[in-house]
Amino acid sequence: MLAKRIIACLDVRDGQVVKGINFEGLRSAGDPASLARRYNSEGIDELVILDITATLESRRALAETIRAVARELFIPLAVGGGIRTEADAEAAVDAGADKVSLNTAAISNPGLITTLANRYGSQAIVVAIDAKRAGEGTHFAVYSRSGTTSVNRDAVEWAREAESRGAGEILLTSIDRDGTKAGFDCEMTAAVSSAVSIPVIASGGAGALKDFVDVFTHGRADAALAASIFHYAETSVRTLKQHLNQHGIPVRV
Amino acid sequence: MTSPSVALIDYHAGNLTSVKKALAAVGAKVFVPATPEDLAEASAVIVPGVGHFDATRALGPEWVDAILQRVGEGRPLLGICLGMQWLYEGSEEAPDVRGLGVLSGECRRLKAPPGSALKIPHVGWNSIDQSRDASIMEDVASGAQAYFTHSYVAPITGDTVASTEHGEAFASVVQRGQIAGVQFHPEKSGEVGLQILRNWLRQAA
Repeated sequence: MLAKRIIACLDVRDGQVVKGINFEGLRSAGDPASLARRYNSEGIDELVILDITATLESRRALAETIRAVARELFIPLAVGGGIRTEADAEAAVDAGADKVSLNTAAISNPGLITTLANRYGSQAIVVAIDAKRAGEGTHFAVYSRSGTTSVNRDAVEWAREAESRGAGEILLTSIDRDGTKAGFDCEMTAAVSSAVSIPVIASGGAGALKDFVDVFTHGRADAALAASIFHYAETSVRTLKQHLNQHGIPVRV
Repeated sequence: MTSPSVALIDYHAGNLTSVKKALAAVGAKVFVPATPEDLAEASAVIVPGVGHFDATRALGPEWVDAILQRVGEGRPLLGICLGMQWLYEGSEEAPDVRGLGVLSGECRRLKAPPGSALKIPHVGWNSIDQSRDASIMEDVASGAQAYFTHSYVAPITGDTVASTEHGEAFASVVQRGQIAGVQFHPEKSGEVGLQILRNWLRQAA
């Protein structure tokens, strides 16, 4: 049976993970490769490296980070943040990324999805959608530029278009829930997941173990992504998987 | 012992970086042959690939002949994902393109049972359930999980070593003599994948 995936996100700035670095007893938490190694030994299914600065200098550091992680880990690795052109995607893939995640660039230039899907295959193209509830909460408005700019589109409709243009997965982040630890937005995730036939990765709001159970059942997510709860070691990947397993959710053991 | 020299065939169906890294990690020397003649130096051959079966069109008669010649000499051949599907006679994904035909059967699209919420493509970690012993699965537990990403599958035949289920059962590991194939990505399947690559490489040593 296909397992529900648990994905850890490393927010990287100038070659250092910027969340969770003050966790005591985990001195190397600032180093992406050591953190990736720890997650891998705990059974993480996939990693996302997100470049949160995306300046020219940081992109060079990013390639080094990707290389360092890909050298020793043999699980899927996605890279996002500031990938705006085919050349940016190429640099990430050449450094060892298996997937690239497009957000703002996919909105302003949807043709890039198709260009990259034709070149690397749809399995290598993730379209990241940042959205929040609008109106009566039945509509999910898409934002670009790290959630700062409304683009006047609905998340369900944009996910469908991204799929038809060649995206292989959707990484759906709830802006309302991001960083709140109040749980994933299951309603939004279910709306998008039911509308497309490609996998949907839920993101934003992971706090408690039960949030993951909810997003895999009510939210119909194919994968769930979290950052800080793993960095701060509030929840180990292993504990989370045991919990999911006890609740009848198939996971990789 | 000298490390076996593995020819990794690049027919522009996906990026080879990860496969190269995984092979290096298990001690293989990898090269990408520029022409079919370069295959003469290979102690083993891998046909990787992701994407549409039509991409295998790039493996024209010269490549087919060179690969079949190596196989005839007893050198191991491994197909990964699309590369495994190409070992069969063909695929309904691109009916006018023929496969290598060293394994019998046709590949076809995965079918989700009517009314199910199963997604196709099949993406993620799934278990490989072994139905018979084979050298490629040495020290790999039946039910071990591997990383898949595909929409088309190979049929279960006498060559099948392990199967996987997603709506229906399909061949996820095949082996006949020195010819083997895996539908998942061993280079992305953690220790399970590396062990399978090690097992396969042993035949090349």
